[in-house]
Amino acid sequence: MGSNLSLAYLMLSAILFVIGGVGVLIRRNPLVMIMCVELMLNAVNLSFVTFGKMLDDISGQIIVFFVMVVAAAEVVIGLALIVAMARRRPGATADDLRTLRG
Amino acid sequence: MVGLVWLLPALPLAGFLLLVFFGRRIGEPRAGWIGTGAVALSFVTACLVFVGLWSEPEHTYELSLFQWIPAGHFNVDIGILLDPLSMAMVLFITGIASLIHLYSIGYMHGDSRFPRFFTYLNLFVFSMLVLVLGNNLVLTFLGWEGVGACSYFLIAFWFEKEENASAGKKAFITNRVGDWGFMIAIFMTFFAFGTVTYTQFLPMAPGLAQTTATFIALMLFVGAIGKSAQIPLFIWLPDAMAGPTPVSALIHAATMVTAGVYLLVRVNPIIAASASWIPWMIAIVGCATAFLAATIALAQQDIKKVLAYSTVSQLGYMFLAIGVGGYSAAIFHMITHAFFKALLFLGAGSVIHGMHDEQDMRRMGALRKIMPVTAVTFIIGWLAIAGVPPFSGFWSKDDILAYALHKSPILYVFGLITALLTAFYMSRLVFRVFYGDARWGESAEGELANLNAHTATDAVESGDHADVYDDGDAHAGHGAAHPHESKWPMLVPLIVLAFFAAIAGVLNLPFTEHLEFLNRWLEPVVGENQAHLSLGGVQLTVELLISTTIALLGIFAAYMVYLKKKVDPRRIELPFFANGWYIDQGITAFMGGIGRKGFELIAMFDKVVIDGAVNGVGRATRGGASRLRAIENGYVRWYALMIGVGAVLIVAFVMTQVSF
Repeated sequence: MGSNLSLAYLMLSAILFVIGGVGVLIRRNPLVMIMCVELMLNAVNLSFVTFGKMLDDISGQIIVFFVMVVAAAEVVIGLALIVAMARRRPGATADDLRTLRG
Repeated sequence: MVGLVWLLPALPLAGFLLLVFFGRRIGEPRAGWIGTGAVALSFVTACLVFVGLWSEPEHTYELSLFQWIPAGHFNVDIGILLDPLSMAMVLFITGIASLIHLYSIGYMHGDSRFPRFFTYLNLFVFSMLVLVLGNNLVLTFLGWEGVGACSYFLIAFWFEKEENASAGKKAFITNRVGDWGFMIAIFMTFFAFGTVTYTQFLPMAPGLAQTTATFIALMLFVGAIGKSAQIPLFIWLPDAMAGPTPVSALIHAATMVTAGVYLLVRVNPIIAASASWIPWMIAIVGCATAFLAATIALAQQDIKKVLAYSTVSQLGYMFLAIGVGGYSAAIFHMITHAFFKALLFLGAGSVIHGMHDEQDMRRMGALRKIMPVTAVTFIIGWLAIAGVPPFSGFWSKDDILAYALHKSPILYVFGLITALLTAFYMSRLVFRVFYGDARWGESAEGELANLNAHTATDAVESGDHADVYDDGDAHAGHGAAHPHESKWPMLVPLIVLAFFAAIAGVLNLPFTEHLEFLNRWLEPVVGENQAHLSLGGVQLTVELLISTTIALLGIFAAYMVYLKKKVDPRRIELPFFANGWYIDQGITAFMGGIGRKGFELIAMFDKVVIDGAVNGVGRATRGGASRLRAIENGYVRWYALMIGVGAVLIVAFVMTQVSF
């Protein structure tokens, strides 16, 4: 794999990360926010794999598995929270959780 | 047998614990018998230990029970040092305490807090034994504070009356001043020697820098004058008479107040290593206290106040003895004083009890026919304290005076004047209480009216006398003023103490070396620093004759004044003396005037600067926090942005630090 191709993958990873990050910051629908977080995680996964390939190191790919497991766990928790919130207040947005502030 | 020594404090402690938890259920009189039994067993143990101690090398035995405070180089054990000095103390403390416990069963009969009284007494005996048996300064200090606390509890035992409660507080607070000195001395001892155990630091004392030794000795002296009621901290002891009379006998005459004397004798190598003005100061303070208190005792009307000032005066003698290097004489006088003063207080208690809580000598008189046992034993105590041979007080007081003469004739002369005053005021007490006309009951009406008319012209005291007159009326009305002799639990201790007050002089007769038992017994503790007297036969005889003459002169003078009435007593009982040289009033005036201004200034400083700093920190924190709270607005995206910004900043920081 040439360095140009690697660079392309890294660029793609960065673009996906920024899309995810902006999505978390500007969207209010909690479901969409979780999807954006997933997008960020996968962007990072992509960069891990790319670096692993570039440096000829298997660790990059191993870490990806860890991240996927953690992401799965995070989604479970996140969806549970969203369901609980939706039951209490149908159609509630993330901003409505502001009442929980310290 | 000497290994039983740990039982000495353990028995009163067991008695205390039993009474503190079950006292109320045990009730009167069994609580009293338990308390008495615990202390009596402790006395029996003391006798056994005494026998065992004879076979120990140098009559010294040290026992470490367990480690108490291990902190780096600072190690304090719960340990016992049994040497001739502590043995002598333990024997007379437990002995007299047993008798006084027995006496209290009779004296406190019918009191609503009977079991609690014995709880405190047991705790006191325990603390006192810790004080004298502790093998280090910290343990001694523990006992020192323990007896102070018990003293406070017992002075204020009848706390329903405001003045009793404040007398307790006065004793406690005055003692704190002395305790401060003691604590500083402990700190300094640790800095100087690296240990506070007597057997470790006392042998090192001669090698100590003189300035350090002087400072430690001075601070220990401050502690001692607080506990032993010397100038200027003696003011608490006369007020301490507010407590029940057995307490006055045990704590404020025989044992606790001698703790300061014990402490100074214990650390005699440090006094020897200090500057030469330290012994002089101790001698002068002792001598001055003895004289001052004796003059005040001349003019007191309350029977217990006379005895209280007399105690202060006798403690002054003991300090004089320490200052002039007569350590064994100080202990000798401490022991004889414990016997005769405990006897006098218990006798006074018997009189007060028999007179239905009347303490004013102006309303007593001619009691010897009604209270024969009390009168006879009291008279023995009187002869002992007045210094009439062959009673014990004569020998011990003369021993001190001999050492005083060895140091300086001026101290000797003041000692003699005090002895004269002692004989005088004690005779006055005896003549007014046991002889003369009966001034109680119906027959006292005329007498009191007479007395009142006499003194009504005396502007200073007329208020007092009017009170007495009113009380007399009330008593006569109830017909309650018929004195009676006390019951046997009160009389047995009187008889035993009278026996010892009479013969305790044989402990240390000055005629030959062989008769000086106490001197030889205390040799291992004080031998090196004791002043050496070489009294020739003639000098000794002259000194003994002078002392005898002085004592008889004092008694004769009192006889002329109070029985023959050749001189008006009011020419001797000056208001200046009756008011204790206006020392209490002086302190009150100072504290109310200049002192109060000073304290208010300090309080202001506290309020503005100290509180200001503390509150300022609080206010600043609150103000800052309320501003910072704005960041936490509850929007998830805001937090996410903060995380992002933070991550970027950290990465940027790492990038600047790391070079590729």
